[in-house]
Amino acid sequence: MSVLERDPRDDMYRILDEDGTAVGEVPDLEEETLVGMYRHMKLARHFDKRAVSLQRQGRMGTYPPLSGQEASQIGSAYALDEDDWMIPSYREHGGALVRGLPLEKTLLYWMGHEAGNSAPEEANIFPVAVPIASQIPHATGAAWASKLRGEDDKAFICYFGDGATSEGDFHEGLNFAGVFDTPNVFFCNNNQWAISVPRERQTKSETLAQKATAYGFEGIQVDGMDPLAVYEVTREAVEKAKDPDEGQRRPTMIEAVQYRFGAHTTADDPSVYRDEEEVERWRQKDPIPRLETYLKSEGILDDDRIEGIQESIEAQVADAIDAAESTARPTPDEMFESAYAELPDRLQKQYEQFEQLREELGDEAFLEE
Amino acid sequence: MASERETQNLTLVQAVRDGLYTEMQRDEEVIVLGQDVGKNGGVFRATEGLWEEFGEQRVIDTPLAESGIIGTSVGMAAMGMRPVPEIQFSGFMYPGFDQIISHMARMRTRTRGRYTLPMTLRAPYGGGIRAPESHSESKEAFYVHEAGLKVVVPSTPYDAKGLLSASIRDPDPVVFLEPKLIYRAFREQVPEGEYTIELGEAKTRREGEDVAVFTWGAMARRTLEAAENLAEDGIECEVVDLRTLSPLDEGAILEAFKKCGRAAVVHEAPRTGGLAGEITSIIQEEALAYQEAPVTRITGFDVPYPLYALEDYYLPNEARIEAGIREAVEFP
Repeated sequence: MSVLERDPRDDMYRILDEDGTAVGEVPDLEEETLVGMYRHMKLARHFDKRAVSLQRQGRMGTYPPLSGQEASQIGSAYALDEDDWMIPSYREHGGALVRGLPLEKTLLYWMGHEAGNSAPEEANIFPVAVPIASQIPHATGAAWASKLRGEDDKAFICYFGDGATSEGDFHEGLNFAGVFDTPNVFFCNNNQWAISVPRERQTKSETLAQKATAYGFEGIQVDGMDPLAVYEVTREAVEKAKDPDEGQRRPTMIEAVQYRFGAHTTADDPSVYRDEEEVERWRQKDPIPRLETYLKSEGILDDDRIEGIQESIEAQVADAIDAAESTARPTPDEMFESAYAELPDRLQKQYEQFEQLREELGDEAFLEE
Repeated sequence: MASERETQNLTLVQAVRDGLYTEMQRDEEVIVLGQDVGKNGGVFRATEGLWEEFGEQRVIDTPLAESGIIGTSVGMAAMGMRPVPEIQFSGFMYPGFDQIISHMARMRTRTRGRYTLPMTLRAPYGGGIRAPESHSESKEAFYVHEAGLKVVVPSTPYDAKGLLSASIRDPDPVVFLEPKLIYRAFREQVPEGEYTIELGEAKTRREGEDVAVFTWGAMARRTLEAAENLAEDGIECEVVDLRTLSPLDEGAILEAFKKCGRAAVVHEAPRTGGLAGEITSIIQEEALAYQEAPVTRITGFDVPYPLYALEDYYLPNEARIEAGIREAVEFP
């Protein structure tokens, strides 16, 4: 029986125990893939730390931290095939990196540059979605388009938080997916808090995963701080989306139970609404030492290699920061040029008037800093 | 009278909080609901301390659902409560837009006056604080365009409290947009206790005879600064802060315009379909004979609000406001 066919209210699916011991069937992955997952998780954590620090130093705008959510991001991204698509919310910096969005782009976006949103052509990824749950119907639509075109080799994974499951768009997106049997994987990062509002205040459902039942497809709760379990359930969901068995529905909703160690964004102060004790309790489930312990116990990693990985990720993040910070400040023409395929006359006129003013008064008349 | 009361030196966001506190104390039908308004005190601290003071039956953290927040407020208000729903940023009002347009604005007219909705929908709005995408829009025109709603945008702490109190007491639904650029930009003496400022009345912030400048929200401060700069060159602006955008104070607009014969409008919303066009039309219809120059518009551009690296270029600032006003004054 596929793990997806469990009752969504059963104990959540887990492979690695909190101390890194394998308690379930470990997915059959190459050693180098496992090390790659570990490296990406470490990279995401380090990137996050540096990004928060850049914000504190005034070198970046408001930023949504991801620490604690690496297993969900990296584990699920590793479960995708090359042609699959990722539809993120605004916190999937780690998953996006695995899917081909350079760190430098993520930095540029949060540094206020539109260029951060221009993903490389070969990366199958949607832009960051800031409004809550609004990307979910897009994911259904994208998957639906693929199905209508007769493709059966692409799955579409869409990320959102626990708060998003309260929004109308969540219900509409999942309902369409059920009705039209689209190749979707709905991945809920249940990190326990929608800013200050706890998961218990979003729904009286026992689990979020069971909501899928209402739309006629499987929902599964997985330990979102166990990268191997996340990989396994996502992999099965991706395979089912493309090639369902007789009578199976393509879509799946995965509820990955996890914790946001930091603030919702750098504009938020979690000490107002949650106890440090709770944070500490969840830190015991930290996905990174968990995978590290397992890989060491299997003889796949040793201290030397871990040190080498640490050095290489620090260099990679430092390079991305250098690249982002040495990107020239955007100029006002960028505001105008991509609003329409062809610049309407009235907008062209607005642009010309503004350019004339810039010329007369100089840029410093417009820039606050 | 306000001048006889004890006052406090408050920022605009503190004055909003004081207005909510005062009205909740005065009338137990007033409740506050939304995302993060309770224990967290609102993402901008506009509801700070209210949860502790009034309890979770009256300061309610809701699930994350704008249509739900606004739609349930419609039901509560129809039953005679005075809900004050908060949407965290005006850029997130759109999932609740159907409730605003189809129900909040129309309940009175559809029921021939049997039900009315004494609710005040609050949201921080506007740009200039280096916020992420979807956090900086100014779309007041959407709500002004919808009959049945009142739309209020304060530009000072004193006004914020008085207008909010008036909005909460108003029998009709009000969209109350709070310019977050000036949430904490300055302080002002705000009376303790109750007072209201009548909705629909503009306020002349500066007297002058050369050109009437109409504005509101965060742009009011920038316009006043620009007016002071222009005064050094002998151009005297009459600056009118509209404060309520629906209904518009046509009397104040025409009076100021007739006095000057020239006008400019400053708003941060995009130009096309923005309120500057409406104000210009009022002038054309009612005071054409007084007109000595085209009305100039100093506005945001017709482009999506940019990420923050470009927002200084997008938002009107003193330089652009001065240039636009000069154009009106120097014509022909």
